[in-house]
Amino acid sequence: MSLQVAAQINSFLAAIVLLTAFAMLMQRRVYGLIHLFTWQGLFLSINTAIVGYVANRHHLYISSILTLSLKVILLPYILHMLIIKLKIHKEVETVVNSSFTMFIGIALVIFSYYLTAPVTELSTSITRSTLAVALATVMIGLLMMITRRHAVTQIIGFLAMENGLFFAATSATYGMPLVVELGVALDVLIAAFIFGIFFFHIHTTFDSLDVDQMARLKEGD
Amino acid sequence: MNPFSFFIEIVQVATLLGLAPLFIGWVRMLKCWTQGRSSASILQPYMDLAKLFRKNVVLAENASWVFRFTPYLVFCTAVLAGGIIPILSVDLPFAPTADVIVLVGLFATARFFTALAGMDIGTAFGGMGSSREMTIASLAEPAMLMSIFTVSLANKSTSIAQIVQVIYSGQSVLRPSLAFAFFAFILITLTETGRIPVDNPATHLELTMIHEAMILEYSGRHLALIEWASMMKLFLFVMLGIACFAPWGIAESVDIVTVLYAFIFMVLKLGIVGAGLILIETGLAKMRLFRLTEFLGAAFLMATLGMLSFFILE
Repeated sequence: MSLQVAAQINSFLAAIVLLTAFAMLMQRRVYGLIHLFTWQGLFLSINTAIVGYVANRHHLYISSILTLSLKVILLPYILHMLIIKLKIHKEVETVVNSSFTMFIGIALVIFSYYLTAPVTELSTSITRSTLAVALATVMIGLLMMITRRHAVTQIIGFLAMENGLFFAATSATYGMPLVVELGVALDVLIAAFIFGIFFFHIHTTFDSLDVDQMARLKEGD
Repeated sequence: MNPFSFFIEIVQVATLLGLAPLFIGWVRMLKCWTQGRSSASILQPYMDLAKLFRKNVVLAENASWVFRFTPYLVFCTAVLAGGIIPILSVDLPFAPTADVIVLVGLFATARFFTALAGMDIGTAFGGMGSSREMTIASLAEPAMLMSIFTVSLANKSTSIAQIVQVIYSGQSVLRPSLAFAFFAFILITLTETGRIPVDNPATHLELTMIHEAMILEYSGRHLALIEWASMMKLFLFVMLGIACFAPWGIAESVDIVTVLYAFIFMVLKLGIVGAGLILIETGLAKMRLFRLTEFLGAAFLMATLGMLSFFILE
């Protein structure tokens, strides 16, 4: 595989990751959201493996496998079990003003392109152009956490942000040191467990996972 | 400019006029098969058109010249567009006179007059159809232009013949910008030609119809011209998509053999595109009118992402 082809595949996967980020922003169903998150993780993992091959950094293979096992298999499985246990797997969330959110998303992409342009000028790595996409993915994850009301959706937004950060690390500096990456992976895993416990508590207390309910201080109306 | 290319131009317009009903017939036939019905003959659209041409025109008393003029205008813009889009060959005498933005303008003119004609008679359905059509147009046209700008940027020209030639000479295959523009273009084609998630071409159900509502008052040869033009519109959009995204087969030089090959390629591609179209149509249900903003918003988003990824990634 020549460098040119690898760079093209890399930017193509980056585009798909960005697309899944936008699709998650628009997706109403909790179920579909988890599927999209799984796809994003899969593309991320393939991308990491390709970058590792091209840049000849073998520790990227390990982080690729780590991403695959954690973000494509384990986390979606946990979320899946969670929403089935909480009986919210058919829930449809109302997304307020989705087209406006979409335009903010587009503006964020332009903003992150503008922000990373100086870095891209200086960098020599072949993956430098995907840095803007990675930053945009982080920001769209953040936007998702802001605009959504549902606790599960916000968590998926958080995990998507983490995906974006991982992507940024891969494209800017060919990945973080392995120790850091292992630590982050463990953190995310633990976070997922803690989120699960919180979901149960919120659900039993408020009978809903809508975080707006938590704004009320008194019990009853 | 040799006289032979004029001949090719005429052949191309004749192909458009002749094959557009056949393509519709093919699409309808596939649709019947996927739904487990036995279909009408593939030549049925020709017979429908012939029947309509034989019938008398019934005009409302208060119909103005707009109503009578519109069918001819709609038909002519479709034929004109067929002279610009490279269907068989890129070496067309008309091609340098108009680029892809003019093409969008041509379609917009036809739509504008159709909407006017819908309101001209003063029936409730016509007005409703016109208002819906213009609502959808205001959302679809930005997305269409955005998608076309992306293609033009990636191929460094807004002339379709030029785009085809750039794609022929290019080396890069995996271009995210073109992929995004392509998906946006599919969504827009479904919208502009009134296919299933947006409009159902097969019904006259008053609550859902858009295009049919506008032309409800037409009869006889007027209706035949409008029907023929809408068949050509689907054909032209497919051809535009092929020219912008998968032009392989369209003749670059003008000699009879390559044009013949181009014709065979075109028929093959039409067959495949028809199958794809039906695959999309059977997989989707018709959308509620107010959900269309999201559908077209997605098209716009795709086209914009295509343009952004051209700047960021390429």
